[in-house]
Amino acid sequence: MTTTVFDRVRTIASDVFGVSPETISDTSSPENIDRWDSTQHLNFILALEETFQLQLSPEETERIRTVGDAVKVIEDKLPAVGE
Amino acid sequence: MQPREEIDHLIASGDAAGASRCLAELWRQERGSAVASFLTSRYEKLRGARHFTPHRLAMLRSFTLEPVVPLLRAAAFVNGIDLTVHLGDFNTYPQEILDATSSLYSFTPDTVILAVQTRDVAPELWEGYAYLEPDQVSASIARVISSFQSWVKAFRQHSQANLIVHSLERPATPSLGVLDAQSQASQSVAIQQINDGLRTVCREHHGVYLLDYGSLIARYGFSDWHDEKKWLTARMPISAGHLIYLAHEWLRFLVPLTGRTAKALVVDLDNTLWGGVIGEDGMNGIRLGQEYPGAAYQALQRALLDLYRKGILLAVCSKNNLEDAMEALEKHPGMLLKLGHFAAMRINWGDKVQNLREIAAELNIGTDALAFLDDNPVERAQVRSALPEVTVIELSGDPTTYADAVRDSPVFERLTMSQEDRQRTTFYAAEQERSRAEQSFTSKEDFFCSLEQEAEVAAVTPATLARISQLTQKTNQFNLTTRRYSEQQITEIASRPGWQVVSLRGRDRYGDHGLVGVAITHADGDSCEIDTFLLSCRVIGRTVETALLSHLAETARAQGLKAMRGWFLPTRKNAPAKNFYAQHGFTLESRNGDGDLWVLDLQKARIACPEWVKLRILAGEKD
Repeated sequence: MTTTVFDRVRTIASDVFGVSPETISDTSSPENIDRWDSTQHLNFILALEETFQLQLSPEETERIRTVGDAVKVIEDKLPAVGE
Repeated sequence: MQPREEIDHLIASGDAAGASRCLAELWRQERGSAVASFLTSRYEKLRGARHFTPHRLAMLRSFTLEPVVPLLRAAAFVNGIDLTVHLGDFNTYPQEILDATSSLYSFTPDTVILAVQTRDVAPELWEGYAYLEPDQVSASIARVISSFQSWVKAFRQHSQANLIVHSLERPATPSLGVLDAQSQASQSVAIQQINDGLRTVCREHHGVYLLDYGSLIARYGFSDWHDEKKWLTARMPISAGHLIYLAHEWLRFLVPLTGRTAKALVVDLDNTLWGGVIGEDGMNGIRLGQEYPGAAYQALQRALLDLYRKGILLAVCSKNNLEDAMEALEKHPGMLLKLGHFAAMRINWGDKVQNLREIAAELNIGTDALAFLDDNPVERAQVRSALPEVTVIELSGDPTTYADAVRDSPVFERLTMSQEDRQRTTFYAAEQERSRAEQSFTSKEDFFCSLEQEAEVAAVTPATLARISQLTQKTNQFNLTTRRYSEQQITEIASRPGWQVVSLRGRDRYGDHGLVGVAITHADGDSCEIDTFLLSCRVIGRTVETALLSHLAETARAQGLKAMRGWFLPTRKNAPAKNFYAQHGFTLESRNGDGDLWVLDLQKARIACPEWVKLRILAGEKD
């Protein structure tokens, strides 16, 4: 069983925003997660950078408005994995 | 089960010890920003079931520190500290410090961190350096130092909290490039001069400490530490992966400030102090010397020697034949540690958990004051599980990393060094002689007489302040009230009218015990109340406590006071002091939920100083 980028982002979001992983989907955002404020948003971005060992540009950070956005931005940045 | 689910399961089933062990394990595996929030939320549920030291921390800053807070709180919880954090607003630190009614002081912090960047406090030295004339540089240096000086001074007027001051960093690349190093008026030198000034400012006040921020950054590399993008977008100058190192550096201060330090490190021998197994490889086969791989083990031994010099006791716990191990310890040419460096030894085939308990008992310290270093993960796991209060140092299996693993642990940090710390290790050698002598006497009295003890009582002085505060922080067993006082609090107490802070120094024919006792008393009406009475475990049971108490009673009587009162406030550890007042003729006056209040009628009773203790009172007592 492989862990997908979505699984890992979901664990991070669950830890940072203090909600159970099952309630998190692509469309999770500050609209439907109470603790997703600007401070926690910065923590979320930093946790993503730390976990995936990459640096997000201000433009990429700007694009992350939902969990789905985060997954997409990360997938675009990660080196392609061959089959 | 996933670790997070398992932790929630353990918490739900009421297994706080198991949950706390798994949380610490999760932190070792995944420590970082994401798991930090999970950890703190779960540790918070264990309050009440586990013993955490509460501590209030305020941060004054000129940049974004919010993301470091969850990391720090998680790391602190793992080390047994429950932090409540107050973050000051951006760049409001001068007002917060100068205004006695500010939110900083109303938060009533135990410790305050002042984290200010060079570019904020001295922008001209950071960005405009190339345009400055030498006299402008000097003026700028003087201005910054004097600002810090006035902040620290004002802070000390309004608060007795500890203060940790970040030193200033220099730019990764100086304004003038390589020319900077060629010039007398270099930018790096200018910033270094400010830092030298800050060091002096900190040293002038008790409880004010300098955090060498430049060295911290250098340890992990300037270019990796900084994240220009985050600085420009979120005023967060530190990269995501390095926030943990700042949190960890703060912890190096908070662990000694909360007394969650280790007093002794117990080390394994085979594949820890040397490479290989002495019982199989023999003297010529084990790896220990100046060449790799033996050099890695020597590096570890050097790290242990550094701890020894800071007054941390070393002990051996090894599964070995005694003769094999002793031969290597005594005779191997590569050994940097000598037999005399170890205060206790357990070399046998018994269970290490039991051996650790015995070592703690022999050294007269709690098992929670032990740290444990062993290359074998099975032994480490057993100790973690049976003695969760012991600090177990994690080792990777690569001996070249062992020295750093020891140096990295915050439990060996100390913020002050007293004379007693420097000499502690020799105290233990004298103690071994003393206990051999004790066995040759048939009565306690004969033994006491043979000791030729001297007890020297003196009021607190600047020279004894650090040790007195340290004793109130660290003494658990013979401590009647277990009230913890910082150096600044002791100074304040001693200045109150009617209060006295005295220290007790002990000596006998085997050596100087150093400063081993503290008493704090104050007149309350016509009664003398004992606020604090404690004795280092090193001299428990030698009757010097009676000598000190007799001095307090005589002093109170001379002041015309009629009674002496003292509380015994029971803790998990101070049972040795439980009967102290009863044994000295006090009667129980009242009892409440916190403890017992004992009273002695000074007009009727006398407390005699034991005839075998020579009591000396040093002049300089307060009026």
